[in-house]
Amino acid sequence: MKRNNVLITGLWFAAAGALLLLSLVIAVSFGAKDFSLNEVWTAVFAYNPDASAHQIMHEYRFPRVLGAAVTGMAFAVAGALMQGVTRNPLADTGILGVNAGAAFVVALCFAFLPGIAYSELILMSFAGAALSTLLIVLLGSATQGGLQSIRLTIAGAVIAAILHSFSSGIAIYYELSQDLAFWYAGGVAGVKWEHLKLLAPIVLVVILASSIMGRSISFLSLGDETAASLGIHTGRVKVLGMTAAVILAGASVAVAGSIGFVGLVVPHIARRMVGVDYRKLIPFSALLGAILLIWADFASRMVNPPREFAIGAMVAMVGVPFFLYLARQERREL
Amino acid sequence: MASLEQKRTVKAIVVGLILLIIAAIVVVVSLNTGTIRLSSAAIWRTLLGGGAADENLVLFEYRLPRIVVTVLAGIGLGISGAVLQGVSRNSLADPGILGINAGAALGLILFVSFFRNMEGPSTLLIPLFAFAGGACISLLIFVLAYDRFKGLIPIRLLLVGIAVEAGISAFTLFLSLRLDEDTYAFAARWLAGSVWGREWVNVLALLPWIVLFVPIVYMHSRTLDLFALGDETASGVGSHVGRNRLVMTSLAVALACASVSMAGGIGFIGLIAPHIARRLVGPQHRHFLPIAGLIGLVILVTADTVGRSLFQPNAIPAGIVVAAIGGPYFLYLLLQSKPNLRRNR
Repeated sequence: MKRNNVLITGLWFAAAGALLLLSLVIAVSFGAKDFSLNEVWTAVFAYNPDASAHQIMHEYRFPRVLGAAVTGMAFAVAGALMQGVTRNPLADTGILGVNAGAAFVVALCFAFLPGIAYSELILMSFAGAALSTLLIVLLGSATQGGLQSIRLTIAGAVIAAILHSFSSGIAIYYELSQDLAFWYAGGVAGVKWEHLKLLAPIVLVVILASSIMGRSISFLSLGDETAASLGIHTGRVKVLGMTAAVILAGASVAVAGSIGFVGLVVPHIARRMVGVDYRKLIPFSALLGAILLIWADFASRMVNPPREFAIGAMVAMVGVPFFLYLARQERREL
Repeated sequence: MASLEQKRTVKAIVVGLILLIIAAIVVVVSLNTGTIRLSSAAIWRTLLGGGAADENLVLFEYRLPRIVVTVLAGIGLGISGAVLQGVSRNSLADPGILGINAGAALGLILFVSFFRNMEGPSTLLIPLFAFAGGACISLLIFVLAYDRFKGLIPIRLLLVGIAVEAGISAFTLFLSLRLDEDTYAFAARWLAGSVWGREWVNVLALLPWIVLFVPIVYMHSRTLDLFALGDETASGVGSHVGRNRLVMTSLAVALACASVSMAGGIGFIGLIAPHIARRLVGPQHRHFLPIAGLIGLVILVTADTVGRSLFQPNAIPAGIVVAAIGGPYFLYLLLQSKPNLRRNR
């Protein structure tokens, strides 16, 4: 029985890996200009700087598709971590106001530090995400009865509303006009290699570290007391898990804007496939998140070329119905 | 027992009178505020019909209609919130949760996407679209939160509201990116809750809703009180809980939609006005409904005045001022509230 499980999990991982590879190839091949499989292959393994096809792929297509993959991973794992730590199946960085915190600080930067360097913007975005998370967790846990999932969700939604309102106030007062809206709507069209060099190592290291922590996070689902009696430092695990989620969300919001629902939907699908063990759930969510955003980005540029559809709206079209389904399912929990 | 009842009534009347005086002061201050300064004496003279041509123009054509819209919308939002909190037995409910703001925003963006014209006869179409959007999205949320056996489940209403609102907002954002810059600037201000109605025609469009529905709601004070007993007890004393909940929620939606369509996407008033009212005069609806309306009025008129006077030359929409005050207050309430909220299903 046990060996069977390992086999099935292995099969799921292999399938997701293959699908990710396929998605990468397809997303790179098709677009404003289509490339043959052969051209893609040589562009990767035998790059010729003089061939225009190779240049297009290197300059635009690769960073864009890889950017979608990396931010998708980050959002999905951040969602999985938040769901594990808060024991709230409806947790997500978008709904809990983490994205709004990052976006608010980015709005401040747009208004007051127009020439800010990109790496600094990412740092500021972290700071914003961390501050709003801190606020939400403090509020959720300071209330009578402790950290309750429904209350955490409401606190997060309200903080998101306040921060969103402030962001739009800044945008209106400083006449940032649509700049901020474009940024907020998200998209990986503008991702460059230099962004990826900064983002990818952070994301991969944090995801690896969270997977190693996975066992402890799984034990949290048994309840604080049981987990503690099994030798888990529940406080430390929660803090580390939230920190990892904030780093992931902050970094990807800085790069791709506020893309909600990836973190909500992906861990649930992953749970159906590989089970509730976070050691498997976290890496598998990363794979699925990458696939989802690659396709969302692909769809957003293929729906109505040359115009691009907002990637956030694309994801929401899948995410909202799914959230509603969950809200109906989780009756007992709530 | 009767003496306690009388005491409460007296208290409600006293509080109501004090609030009326505050409201009058706020309105007068608001009338005095603006880029063109008018002295109090000039305002009185103009109001009584003795103003110069430019004074008449500023006061009657610009300032007064805007303030009247603000007053009406404040009342509408405050009372709508009070009703929703009573119906859902959840002191954290708010018209925004029912997707009214998100729906109205969608309506507005759809309108400007297709007509791109904010002048002439279409001025009245904007609120119409906003109203239709708010009503449709609320209906959608009702349907999704409805349970065949249990009717509207308040906690599910809350969650479904959050989800639908997020989805609609993503769609609105997408549409707003396709607007040209001027139209977008207009829409952004509207969405952030800048009081939009500045003409008498807006007042005329909003007035019937408030005048008609506020008294109807008030006549149902007793029904609203019964919800507090819990569903079983309430139906035990002969109240049609399911039907009443639907009727009262619909009334609240109508009031909030009308207010938002005229004043822009303003949140939080429906949340905090009833709370303050309940603290002042206790939980009986016939006492605290009017107080909630008055507090909504005071908050909105104040926020509008602050927003357009303190932040010259770029006025800050009233909705943002409200969020800056109302948001933290809401979080304070969340800290205070007891965990037994969730028992109600």
